[in-house]
Amino acid sequence: MSDILSVRNLTTRFNTFNGVVHAVNGVSFDLKEGETLAVVGESGSGKSVTMLSLLHLLPKTTTTVSGTAEFKDGEQTHELLSMSEAEINRVRGRHIGIVFQDALSALNPVMTVGEQITESLTTHLGLTHKQAYSHALELLDNVGIAQPEKRFSSYPHQFSGGMRQRAMIAIAIACGPKIMIADEPTTALDVTIQTQIVELTRRLQREMGMTVIWITHDLGVVAGIADRVMVMYAGMPIELAQVDELYENPQHPYTEGLLGAIPKVGDSGAERLLSIPGAPPDLFKEPRHCQFAWRCDYAFDHCWKEIPPDFSVGERHYSKCFYDMDKEKPREQ
Amino acid sequence: MAENEKNMNTGLVIDEEANKGIGAALSSLWQLLWRDKSGLLGLVMFLIVVFAAIAAPLISPYDPLDQEISQSKEPPAWKEKGDVSHLLGTDTLGRDIASRIIYGSRVSVTVGFLGVSMAFSLGMMIGLISGYKGGRTDNIIMTVVNMVLSLPYLVFVVFVAAVLGNSLLNVILIFGLTDIPVFVRVTRGEVLKLREEGFIEAAKSVGIKTPRIIFRHIMPNLLGPLITLATFEMSAMIFYEAGLGFLGLSVPPSVPSWGNMLAMGRQYLTVYPWMSVYPGLAIVFTGFGMNLLGDWLRDVLDPRMRRMKK
Amino acid sequence: MVKYIATRVTYSIILLIGVLFIVFMLLHLTGDPVSLMVSRQASPDEIAQLREQLGFNRPLVIQFADFVKGAVQGDFGDSFRYRQPAMELVLQRVPATIQLASVALFMAIVMGVTMGILGGSNPNSFLDAAARGLGLLGQTIPTFWLGLILILVFALNLGWFPTYGRETFTFLGLKLPDKSIVLPAFALSLFTTGQLVRFTRSAVMEVRNEDYVRTAHSKGLPRLRIYLKYILRNAAIPLISIIGVQFSYLLSGSIYIETIFSWPGLGNLLAEAVGTRDFFLVQATAFFTSLVVIGLHLLTDLIYVLVDPRIRYE
Repeated sequence: MSDILSVRNLTTRFNTFNGVVHAVNGVSFDLKEGETLAVVGESGSGKSVTMLSLLHLLPKTTTTVSGTAEFKDGEQTHELLSMSEAEINRVRGRHIGIVFQDALSALNPVMTVGEQITESLTTHLGLTHKQAYSHALELLDNVGIAQPEKRFSSYPHQFSGGMRQRAMIAIAIACGPKIMIADEPTTALDVTIQTQIVELTRRLQREMGMTVIWITHDLGVVAGIADRVMVMYAGMPIELAQVDELYENPQHPYTEGLLGAIPKVGDSGAERLLSIPGAPPDLFKEPRHCQFAWRCDYAFDHCWKEIPPDFSVGERHYSKCFYDMDKEKPREQ
Repeated sequence: MAENEKNMNTGLVIDEEANKGIGAALSSLWQLLWRDKSGLLGLVMFLIVVFAAIAAPLISPYDPLDQEISQSKEPPAWKEKGDVSHLLGTDTLGRDIASRIIYGSRVSVTVGFLGVSMAFSLGMMIGLISGYKGGRTDNIIMTVVNMVLSLPYLVFVVFVAAVLGNSLLNVILIFGLTDIPVFVRVTRGEVLKLREEGFIEAAKSVGIKTPRIIFRHIMPNLLGPLITLATFEMSAMIFYEAGLGFLGLSVPPSVPSWGNMLAMGRQYLTVYPWMSVYPGLAIVFTGFGMNLLGDWLRDVLDPRMRRMKK
Repeated sequence: MVKYIATRVTYSIILLIGVLFIVFMLLHLTGDPVSLMVSRQASPDEIAQLREQLGFNRPLVIQFADFVKGAVQGDFGDSFRYRQPAMELVLQRVPATIQLASVALFMAIVMGVTMGILGGSNPNSFLDAAARGLGLLGQTIPTFWLGLILILVFALNLGWFPTYGRETFTFLGLKLPDKSIVLPAFALSLFTTGQLVRFTRSAVMEVRNEDYVRTAHSKGLPRLRIYLKYILRNAAIPLISIIGVQFSYLLSGSIYIETIFSWPGLGNLLAEAVGTRDFFLVQATAFFTSLVVIGLHLLTDLIYVLVDPRIRYE
């Protein structure tokens, strides 16, 4: 599998009245074509901001983005972060699509769902209205929406939650993008519908050969959909591994904490769920050392001196942690 | 204004903040004023008007009712036939215009303060009941409020003023009562917001009794928006009083009020324009100051905004 | 949707009845309506006679019933001064006021909404400051004074417009005002312009930050399209209600403006009637004005239905 997206050192800062918010601090990863990468983290971890930065979707006047993001579209490579507005507009919606969390607020309330699909088709693929219309009907059908003709002329508020999310997916994949970024698409839905959406995404991915980035804070969903997982904390990826490897052999105290906090069906109920003590880090300060140190059971003096680099801790498994939890001592450098 | 950020704080005023002391509060208020100079300007302008009203007998060059027919219809000092003794000229009965403007502020400020106080207190009470109780009471109150607010205001004010006759008390009553719906609506809106933040339910669940909830928990959060509203409404009342005066429906014609002066000035617009221009400028001055003040108050008293500003 | 329309219509009817009640009661506010209407020289005998003649002796409930009966037929009694049915006089004055208010509203929309869009789309720019300045101007200059100043400058000094009165020309059988409408309409419009600037500006600013605008950008749509179909189309919805509310202010303001400019409309009629203690005429004018305002609100609500699909399809 080749790399379809290579991000190096992505850093995003917001200039607010109260100071500078260091939302994303040096994110680097490679996305392999056809895989599903889950990006996991709590609120404020920078997982959404990272993806929004790639597509220039943050407020221009108050945001500073640096780093590189190379997107390989077949033969050509495009550096996303340095693109002009016209250039990024040719990528957005066409080669990279985003599905947002709250479909009700993410869809234009005064336009029909059908029109919100066709406008991508006419803008990017140059289809005529008739062509776009029939294509849209196919899409609606493909994402599992019954009575596509009726639904085409309906407005977002007339849909149920799950159907609306399907519609959002239809809009995002309308032009057959290479990458679909899903930003917490199932967080607002109940569990049964969550499963349906996950299934739908997997099927579409297979059919269309898409690469998927799935952002979530829910480790339960991750298990069902991801090939690889990137765990983020304080604007940095602190662990990156294949999904099974991550669950069986977490190599970062934060990941360990997250996994311990998931209620499992087999639990006796007598065991306490682990919660991670302490508070999330202050994003107003530029990180100069490990940002998890305050809450970490294993922190020692070196953790406070510098930001941990990526340690290779297994097969395609990296962790930004100075401490080796298995051997119970600091890692060899 | 930080339009691009989502609010991160609930901005609720907690009792403990009151313990920080008046001194600290005042000095931080001053700092905010200084940073936002337009607010400072508004406050100064407002205070000038209030001062003129209070100190009128001291600062006014003449008695506003003093008629000197021999010196009537004199233009302002800088014009040809003008004289420094009457800086802004005199009216048709020889009364000094500058003095009448200064005394006129008394009517405006009185109507503004008393009218708003009445509307504020009654409106807040009704709004509290409406928002707190909810249900049918709320529905009925809000339906009435919305109906009243949808009617052509001035038409009815003119009607009532004509029926009741010229007097300061009538004017205060009219504005004080007719402005109640505005305060009801805003109060209720704020109470509902607090409701939505789960705040009232939380207090109830801990066992706090209703009166305490209202006084210690709800009202502090109302004061900010209501004081801002009061500033704007007071400015509006001053304008409406002048408007009524212009139509001859406010205080009796002999009493100096900006509206009355404009009514007289209108008749002689073509020959003695200064009789209309300067009283009007006084109104504009007041309105401008109070609007700047109101805008500043709105930014400062909204707890969310306070935390966003530098 | 049907439910929404039915509710609005019922509401308007109830409101109208309420207005009738208020208009009736206001005359009886001091307990003796006759003393309001007669001159000071009238003797007690004349007053008593008049009271009987006009039926003010009877119980209030009966008086109100009669009043409503008359009102429904358009009979509000006769004007003392003009010796004509009050409602007739009112209706005669309607075209002049409608023309004035319409032109004022048009000016306000053109100036206000445009500046509001420009300001709201470019926060913290010069255009934004200009928009806010315009908003402030509308709030701080009293309508009645503005009228006087405009006459002073543009009519008396510059001579571009007549100082008073309504001149008309005939077009397709209609009497339309000529440039004599400009000054009064402009003076009347300034307050509304200020309101519209403020409102449009904040609506545009808010909508720009909505999630669906971000989605539109994420789809790579062209800027103009996002502007028209996402931002403006959504900001326009609440704007319609606001414009509806402004009719009320325009009719109120016309009381001043028509008086200053001697414009033969409803506002002028009301001011005159109040001045001459012609209270039946006052009642008729107050009721009719309310009727117009309520009708326009209802119309605005109906337009709302057409424009917001969330209401149309419940």
